[in-house]
Amino acid sequence: MLEIKGLKVKLEEEDKQILKGVDLKVEAGKVHAIMGPNGSGKSTLSYVLSGKDGYEITEGEATLGGEDLLELEAEERAALGLFLAFQYPVEIPGVGNMTFLRTAVNAQRKARGEEELSAADFLKEIRAKAKTLKIDADMLKRPVNVGFSGGEKKRNEILQMAMLEPKMCILDETDSGLDVDAMKLVSEGVNALRDAGRGFLVITHYQRLLDHIKPDVVHIMADGRIVKTGGPELALEVEKNGYADILAEVA
Amino acid sequence: MAAVAKNQEATAARLDRLTVPSSGQWAAETREATLSRLREMGLPERRDEYWKYTRPDTLTQADAPAAAVYETGEAPLFDRFDRIKVVFVDGVFDEDQSDDLAGEGLSIERLADAVEKDIHWAKELYGVLEAKGQVPVERPLAAFNTAYATDGVVIHVTGKVAKPVNLIYQHKAESSDAVLHHVIKLDAGAEVTVLENGPAAARFNKSMEVDVADSAAFHHVRAQGRDHERRAVTHLFGRLGTESVFKSFTLTVNGRLTRNEAVLELTGDDAVAHVAGACLGDGDFHHDDTVFVTHDAVNCESRQVFKKVLRNGATGVFQGKILVQPGAQKTDGYQISQSLLLDEDSQFLAKPELEIYADDVACSHGSTSGAIDEDALFYLRARGVPKDIATDLMVMSFVAEAVEEVESEELRDEIIGRLESWLERRRG
Ligand SMILES: Nc1ncnc2c1ncn2[C@@H]1O[C@H](COP(=O)(O)OP(=O)(O)OP(=O)(O)O)[C@@H](O)[C@H]1O
Ligand SMILES: [Mg+2]
Repeated sequence: MLEIKGLKVKLEEEDKQILKGVDLKVEAGKVHAIMGPNGSGKSTLSYVLSGKDGYEITEGEATLGGEDLLELEAEERAALGLFLAFQYPVEIPGVGNMTFLRTAVNAQRKARGEEELSAADFLKEIRAKAKTLKIDADMLKRPVNVGFSGGEKKRNEILQMAMLEPKMCILDETDSGLDVDAMKLVSEGVNALRDAGRGFLVITHYQRLLDHIKPDVVHIMADGRIVKTGGPELALEVEKNGYADILAEVA
Repeated sequence: MAAVAKNQEATAARLDRLTVPSSGQWAAETREATLSRLREMGLPERRDEYWKYTRPDTLTQADAPAAAVYETGEAPLFDRFDRIKVVFVDGVFDEDQSDDLAGEGLSIERLADAVEKDIHWAKELYGVLEAKGQVPVERPLAAFNTAYATDGVVIHVTGKVAKPVNLIYQHKAESSDAVLHHVIKLDAGAEVTVLENGPAAARFNKSMEVDVADSAAFHHVRAQGRDHERRAVTHLFGRLGTESVFKSFTLTVNGRLTRNEAVLELTGDDAVAHVAGACLGDGDFHHDDTVFVTHDAVNCESRQVFKKVLRNGATGVFQGKILVQPGAQKTDGYQISQSLLLDEDSQFLAKPELEIYADDVACSHGSTSGAIDEDALFYLRARGVPKDIATDLMVMSFVAEAVEEVESEELRDEIIGRLESWLERRRG
């Protein structure tokens, strides 16, 4: 599904190399987790894959379902089935949550040559999905993320994911800021979307999210590289001992 | 001094070529008095402080610069509303296209008819708020309007009027030069909504004087555009009585030059005055909002909300003032002027001012100018919204605070629809 080879990325504005050769392959139907110290480049990787401006790709490639991602605009990557749940969802005053999501859903459908969703069908679907995530009608009407609590913003990200039904989902610290109950809700939302055709890349610092969303593969990222890959036990090891041992071992 | 004398001379030369429209006694007197005021102050010049950001020359020169007639090919704004239509073509009243000048709770008359009479109630209002509005800042083009207006409407609102009055302007002749003046008087407790739309003329000078008596409510929604080559100067004068409400919103799209002045005076306690505007400009677009709100009573509220979206070298100007007179305690004054610059060629010039002579007031003002929020844009695009549509969503989001000043939901939707279709057309 998602294939990244030797990806090296520096900032456009300054001469700072952030990703120093990332190799990663997420197969359809699998959940991969990425852990790693603060500042190791996890969010940068997710931004570069999603098409954010400000980065220069100096080497390497990234494909989704065989298509070159790096050549595409952000919206084209989304239409291709890539989704990023942001570490810091953006507030957009004046744009209603519903309007935004309907515009997004239909823009993607249009880009794929599919028929647009009618207002009534959209409403039905979003209401049902919002309900399972305990997002109330009032929140749907409010401007995108404005005045949402940290946890509400994260739930809103998952709602968007559920509505857009992407093929490849990248979740950047979706667990941060969630209380225990919200963590469960969000995980259930994610698990409901797990299927044979969909891949997940879950960025997290904590095992407790992985208790709910069981990963198939765990990667450790440090200083712009994937330095170690293993099974779920790798996350347990990080939880117990931190990164010191792993980093010493690969150094 | 020499400069003043020179300007007075130039003004005299310009005015001598004009004819004062035929008038009965009351109007003739008013016009004559106005003319001597105008000769004294002179027409605006580029070096005038109040015209620092907007060149007045095309508004004052003898001939109106030609402006291509613009046919939109779409249904005019407010078409789906049940309203009283009053149509002016190049500043000339068009009886055939207009409805009967009558309605429940109000009387409407053409200004051209009212001025012919020797005695008319409009005397107590026509040019009166304008003259008052010349202090402390002179507005010569408003005086010019009072002296030379050829037509307009004179409305007396006695009750709560359900149907809006829609002043519709049409532009048919390339070099038309129109001067219209409307007078609206609301009795105590009366309510009316006045709508204005349509391209008026190649050059348009329009005044509206509104007297809102105690507990009365005046709502005004106006759309200017899309005739791109027009030049327009408009003045909106309002006097607010106790517990009265005055709410005005203007949407402006296109226009080589537009200067909209609003001069409001809150004279009765607990009055509420809101004036707002949203404009979208592209290329050789120059839009100037000049607002002066005077608080002269206790516990009044005023809001000025102006949003400008500028691209391809368009220019936006805002000069806004809140003046709180001695004794106008518990004043709640708010003023915000913001521009969204879609490229580096566009510019926004703002002069926000507060002048306060009372100690127990809450006044705030802010002015900002900025580019589109890149993080928000990326967020929208990452969800699959193409860049141009995402930009337009951000534009709608930016102007929302101004558009929300339109109280009627139906009218607000009408304005939003117009904004969206303008943006959509630009997307091609
Ligand atoms: N626009 C930028 N300007 C300057 N430095 C940047 C920029 N973007 C990223 N960096 C730097 O690149 C490094 C990687 O940042 P990134 O946000 O990808 O880390 P992360 O692994 O997601 O960290 P965390 O776990 O704290 O979220 C950091 O040192 C960060 O300061
Ligand atoms: Mg991060």
